[in-house]
Amino acid sequence: MSTLDYSDFSAVQRSDQFQKLRRTHRSFVFPLTVVFLIWYLGFVVVAAFFPEFMAIQVFGNINLGILLGLAQFLTTFIITGAYVSYANRKIDPIATDLRESMEAAGAGAPEETTDDTDYASAGQGSGEQS
Amino acid sequence: MTQLAILSAQADEGLTTEVGNPWANIGIFLVFVAITLFAVLRASKKTKTAADFYAGGRSFTGTQNGTAIAGDYLSAASFLGIVGAIAIYGYDGFLYSIGFLVAWLVALLLVAEMLRNTGKFTMADVLSFRLKQRPVRIAAATSTLAVSIFYLLAQMAGAGALVSLLLGIDSGIGQSLVIAVVGLLMIFYVFIGGMKGTTWVQIIKATLLLIGVGIMSVWLLALFGFNFSGLLGEAASIAGTTDILDPGQQYGESTLTKMDFISLGLALVLGTAGLPHVLMRFYTVPTAKEARKSVVWAIWLIGGFYLCTLVLGFGAAAMVGPEAITNAPGGQNSAAPLLAYELGGTLLLGVIAAVAFATILAVVAGLTITASASFAHDIYGQVIKKGKLDTKGEMRAGRATVVVVGILAILGGIGAQGQNVAFLVALAFAVAASANLPTIIYSLFWKGFTTRGALWSMYGGLGTSIGLILVSPVLWGAESSFFPDVDLALYPLTNPGIVSIPLSFLLGWIGSKTSKVKEDVRKQAEMEVRSLTGVGAEQATDH
Repeated sequence: MSTLDYSDFSAVQRSDQFQKLRRTHRSFVFPLTVVFLIWYLGFVVVAAFFPEFMAIQVFGNINLGILLGLAQFLTTFIITGAYVSYANRKIDPIATDLRESMEAAGAGAPEETTDDTDYASAGQGSGEQS
Repeated sequence: MTQLAILSAQADEGLTTEVGNPWANIGIFLVFVAITLFAVLRASKKTKTAADFYAGGRSFTGTQNGTAIAGDYLSAASFLGIVGAIAIYGYDGFLYSIGFLVAWLVALLLVAEMLRNTGKFTMADVLSFRLKQRPVRIAAATSTLAVSIFYLLAQMAGAGALVSLLLGIDSGIGQSLVIAVVGLLMIFYVFIGGMKGTTWVQIIKATLLLIGVGIMSVWLLALFGFNFSGLLGEAASIAGTTDILDPGQQYGESTLTKMDFISLGLALVLGTAGLPHVLMRFYTVPTAKEARKSVVWAIWLIGGFYLCTLVLGFGAAAMVGPEAITNAPGGQNSAAPLLAYELGGTLLLGVIAAVAFATILAVVAGLTITASASFAHDIYGQVIKKGKLDTKGEMRAGRATVVVVGILAILGGIGAQGQNVAFLVALAFAVAASANLPTIIYSLFWKGFTTRGALWSMYGGLGTSIGLILVSPVLWGAESSFFPDVDLALYPLTNPGIVSIPLSFLLGWIGSKTSKVKEDVRKQAEMEVRSLTGVGAEQATDH
């Protein structure tokens, strides 16, 4: 990859390094999103259509509904923690590496610092020619 | 309609507050105003550029921004509404809070960081990045304004209801006056403090709210020997039935009401990451990594908050009782204040009342700056002036929009008094989930997405959501409708999400597949590389 032109977004996009970054990101967030959405929607459907299942007493006055509801909180916290740990370990190093190489090559350098110039870096003017 | 009532505080006129001391409530609120005013004035000194005004100079830390997100997100409807819903309907009230929390995973996993890496001030910056600039920006700004204004009206109308509940002002004129005062205060805060001032108001409010509900929850649990099961038992015995511990009290009536709840649940879980005032908060931090930290911190705070509402809701059922709550001024929304009075007398009630007001002020300020950015930056700056506006001009336009939006909010809030406007919050979530989220996801993750797909999805989602509401029982034929005697409802549910969300995803896909226009592949490459690496992302303007 030594011949890669880091200032060219299209070339970077095709590079193995970027493809690896993309894969690392997507292979984690996509399945996890599917899992938590199914778990949440399943929970809502069961609560709506099978209230007698949720009413099953587990201990004291605590029923399955309360426990599964609290489990939704718990899984949300766990997924949050898992993502942060994964992003720190797997995603950030590749992303930082790539960003530094690209910035060293002068790609996507901020085209404004005082905010009173053009908007090229925020996408302005991008669509008119297309 | 009853199932949506908790989403927005509602007016219950003709009764006066018999608990607490209105002057104590006002006094504590004035202390809050003094503190936030100080913070806003300080922030105003450092508000010099458009990036300061719209994005707080991108200089907040993840922790600060996460706290502000909690302050922006946890509206009075969340606080008073959910505690009240649990107190009266039991388990069903708890179900709402789960959707409000789980929704943040969409923001964390799919949206926050990539949005921070590719945008500047608004959602439209990201959506128009690689598509045709003008039409996409106009569509994104339209849906941003629609969501913000629906949400804003609901909050302002809720302010009127809170007044009758907490200050003992039950005349229409008195309530209008308080709405006007809250509105003017908010205009002043946002006008001079911009996003920095707004952020500090939200941070202070979130801190107060979380400390308030935290103390009340621990206090309550202590009264029951930290035995949650015992607390539930007491709530059930006061209610006279253990049914309140099971699902179905609020929406279990028929298949239609059950479907309505699922439709709402879908809108909640997918709408949060499409709410423009939430998205805009991600630009106030210097990097994508700080945006990630913001969401993590927000998830902890929001999760903790909703766990407290579970304790407080059943606590109010146990200690105040559903009947006393229903008969109090403000009905369901009075559960939390009545519980505060039961626990800590006039002082705690005053604190909770002030927190509730602070909540409205902070949420309304966040919505106003969002609407202002969307109009001044997207429509005026980028579409009308074609990006030729300098930072001074953009700030001038932003401030002018703040005043206009603020005045509209005041007038709308006064006009909406006593109307059943609870559906507006649910509608805002449904529009966010159908008009915004599909296009955000497609733009970030699907190379083949086109301008036509974006326009079909955004206008289709916006039109379907509003259109279905217009032919739903919200307006026609039900007891709580605007026109209860005429049944013109063609759509049986009160929430459009279950139809409009899948439809918008489908429209985005069909629109892209049938589009003959070739989108700019270089722009797509740039967006994808930037979204994941943060190359060339907007920098913080001060340190």
